[in-house]
Amino acid sequence: MRSRLKMTLFLSTVLTFCLLDFAGGGDAQIPFRVGSKKFTENVILGELVTLLVENEGLPVIHRDQLGGTRILWNALLKGEIDVYPDYTGTLSREILAGKGLWREDDLRKYIAGYGILMSEGLGFNNTYALGMKKEIAERLGISTISDLRKYPQLKFGFANEFMNRQDGWTGLRQAYMLPQKEVRGLEHELAYIGLQDDAIQVTDLYSTDAEIAYYHLKTLKDDRHFFPTYDAVLLYRADLEKRWPQGVTAMLRLEKRISEPDMIRMNEYAKINKIPASIVATAFLRQEFGIQVHAKKESLFQNFLSRTGEHLSLVGISLGAAILLSIPMGILAVRYSQLGQIILGAVGIIQTVPSLALLVFMIPLLGIGSAPAIFALFLYSLLPIVRNTHSGLENIPLEIRESAEALGLPYRDRLWLIELPLASPSILSGIKTSAVINVGTATLGALIGAGGYGQPILTGIRLDDLGLILEGAVPAALLALGVQGIFDLAERYFVPRGLRLTSEE
Amino acid sequence: MPSVNFSPPPIIELHNCWKAFGKIQALRSIHLKIPPETTTVLIGPSGCGKSTLLRLMIGLVRADQGEVCFQGTEIHHQDMLELRQQLGYVIQSGGLFPHLTARQNVNLMARYLKWGKKELEDRVFELAAMTQFPRDGLDRYPVQLSGGQRQRLALMRALMLNPKVLLLDEPLGALDPMIRFDLQADLKTIFQKLRKTVVWVTHDLNEAEYFGDSLVLMREGQILQQGTIEEMMKAPVDIFVTRFIHAQRRQPQVLV
Repeated sequence: MRSRLKMTLFLSTVLTFCLLDFAGGGDAQIPFRVGSKKFTENVILGELVTLLVENEGLPVIHRDQLGGTRILWNALLKGEIDVYPDYTGTLSREILAGKGLWREDDLRKYIAGYGILMSEGLGFNNTYALGMKKEIAERLGISTISDLRKYPQLKFGFANEFMNRQDGWTGLRQAYMLPQKEVRGLEHELAYIGLQDDAIQVTDLYSTDAEIAYYHLKTLKDDRHFFPTYDAVLLYRADLEKRWPQGVTAMLRLEKRISEPDMIRMNEYAKINKIPASIVATAFLRQEFGIQVHAKKESLFQNFLSRTGEHLSLVGISLGAAILLSIPMGILAVRYSQLGQIILGAVGIIQTVPSLALLVFMIPLLGIGSAPAIFALFLYSLLPIVRNTHSGLENIPLEIRESAEALGLPYRDRLWLIELPLASPSILSGIKTSAVINVGTATLGALIGAGGYGQPILTGIRLDDLGLILEGAVPAALLALGVQGIFDLAERYFVPRGLRLTSEE
Repeated sequence: MPSVNFSPPPIIELHNCWKAFGKIQALRSIHLKIPPETTTVLIGPSGCGKSTLLRLMIGLVRADQGEVCFQGTEIHHQDMLELRQQLGYVIQSGGLFPHLTARQNVNLMARYLKWGKKELEDRVFELAAMTQFPRDGLDRYPVQLSGGQRQRLALMRALMLNPKVLLLDEPLGALDPMIRFDLQADLKTIFQKLRKTVVWVTHDLNEAEYFGDSLVLMREGQILQQGTIEEMMKAPVDIFVTRFIHAQRRQPQVLV
């Protein structure tokens, strides 16, 4: 009966871990929640809002670099965040594309129907533009977007979001009838490096990007006026005025206060000089409003600890839940073979959904933050465990299964005393596979606000800072190794000695 | 038959049992009585259905048609679990649980039935002595035992609950001749001492003759003839019976 005890012990440890973790959440009053997209300018704007609200002494959190427009907009609609910075062109051409909302007033009226309010413009227009290295543009005599038609061999590299947006490449190509075939999507921040290395010749720019000057780029004239204006605005939930009226007033002080040169300078500090967004925002507020705020600075170590905590809870909860569900599913799949086909098929299909897509699918259901990330990771962790439980049980030799049956043991006891212990090496290696994949995939959770080691990786990519990337990547890799080590140890405990002898001899 | 008056009621009875696996008819119209405290050997060429017949008795196979009775009562599938405690089952490969020690293999079922510690210990030692299983092997795992020891262990496990009937499916089939020879002698002693009802499946006529009070010769899922080997030689019901016996008898005669 010891093997049964071990199994019970194992499962209850996992369960306790899950419950402990879940008990951590829950807040009485919801703070003022700011969100921002995963590019530097948006993070700075989010930080400005955050600091202004904090200056009023209100509880405020900033979920920075959450991902793309869709994620932020959906999070705002769902009430996962209260405010985030966006651009009028993005609203009319992308989020509400095809509704014919060209005028700001129409936009304002329309989104009010969703319970969303829009601030006045913050004072600058950050429109899209196409850019290329000055020397190449001059050599080829390109100064407008129309000129690009003459050079179909040029390689284009666009931000992934730009690739798919109506006001991005899709529309631009039609408007200018551009013939280029080599067009690929990449991270906006990486496009500048691509331009330097000549991997691409043309990319999309934001007109307030600091890199335009820094990398000596030529902005091509939008001679057919394809790109609309992208006035920076704050989008916020109407109920915020009731919940934190003081905060709304404070935040709206930003209206018409940030000029285009201001924004370019702030972008330059953050991206070229690698000054943290919160410091850049603090400096701007002091200069523009005479406000003395202190950007919260966590020590590097504290930062590391909280990221580790976030990452561990992402992995721990999702993996624990997956173990609890997968093993019974694997057992059922063996017992009822038709049901088994369905179970194995279903978890297999889940595995084929790209992780980023799965994360985004979760947002309408679970909002942003750790819940959708945990659920997505949980879904990913199912397949290896279900499959290994299934195959571990199926591969038990028939004569051993029948011997247990012939002794007169009922099904449940055969399972606990004979079959699960015999399948335990296979089950454990399934769990190990899941755990290692899980640790890696969890870094993507940062895209939807789940934190963890993905956070510095994301910031590092945004700022083109290898050190920051490593700050996330190295601990994630070490954690994966550690997890593997833990499961190797667990094997010694959970895999019965008689089975280990077989493999030794 | 006149002998009915003298013979005690059969412990296992099969009436008109049929079993097919897909298109293959494994058993056809089996009628069989296993008398108590005797050894009945099921013999026949491979694929004749003798193992299936044995598995039918312990419920690892369910008959498509017909009934199996234990001590005069028809067995239903739901009663099988309890009934199996009165049946000991040993197979060629031993079917030992690799993750349990020899001792744990033997006393698994008794522990499940909540026997006392002393009771468990005494019974295991008693069986080890009886089957000549080395005491210091009790804490070893099956992989650490020799082939002969494993079969002795399998027998101990089958005997643990002191079942009325032992069902053995070629229990010595995987052993080399010397060990096999020793075990045959030991087993015969044990069976006689314990007065167990034994059903033994083999394709080896010498083994059948050595152990069997009664032989059941099977072919293609049917019982051809039942009786002693002398009866089969004297009055074979079929040319196949003669051929089967002679095919295996010739060898030892040449040796003699």
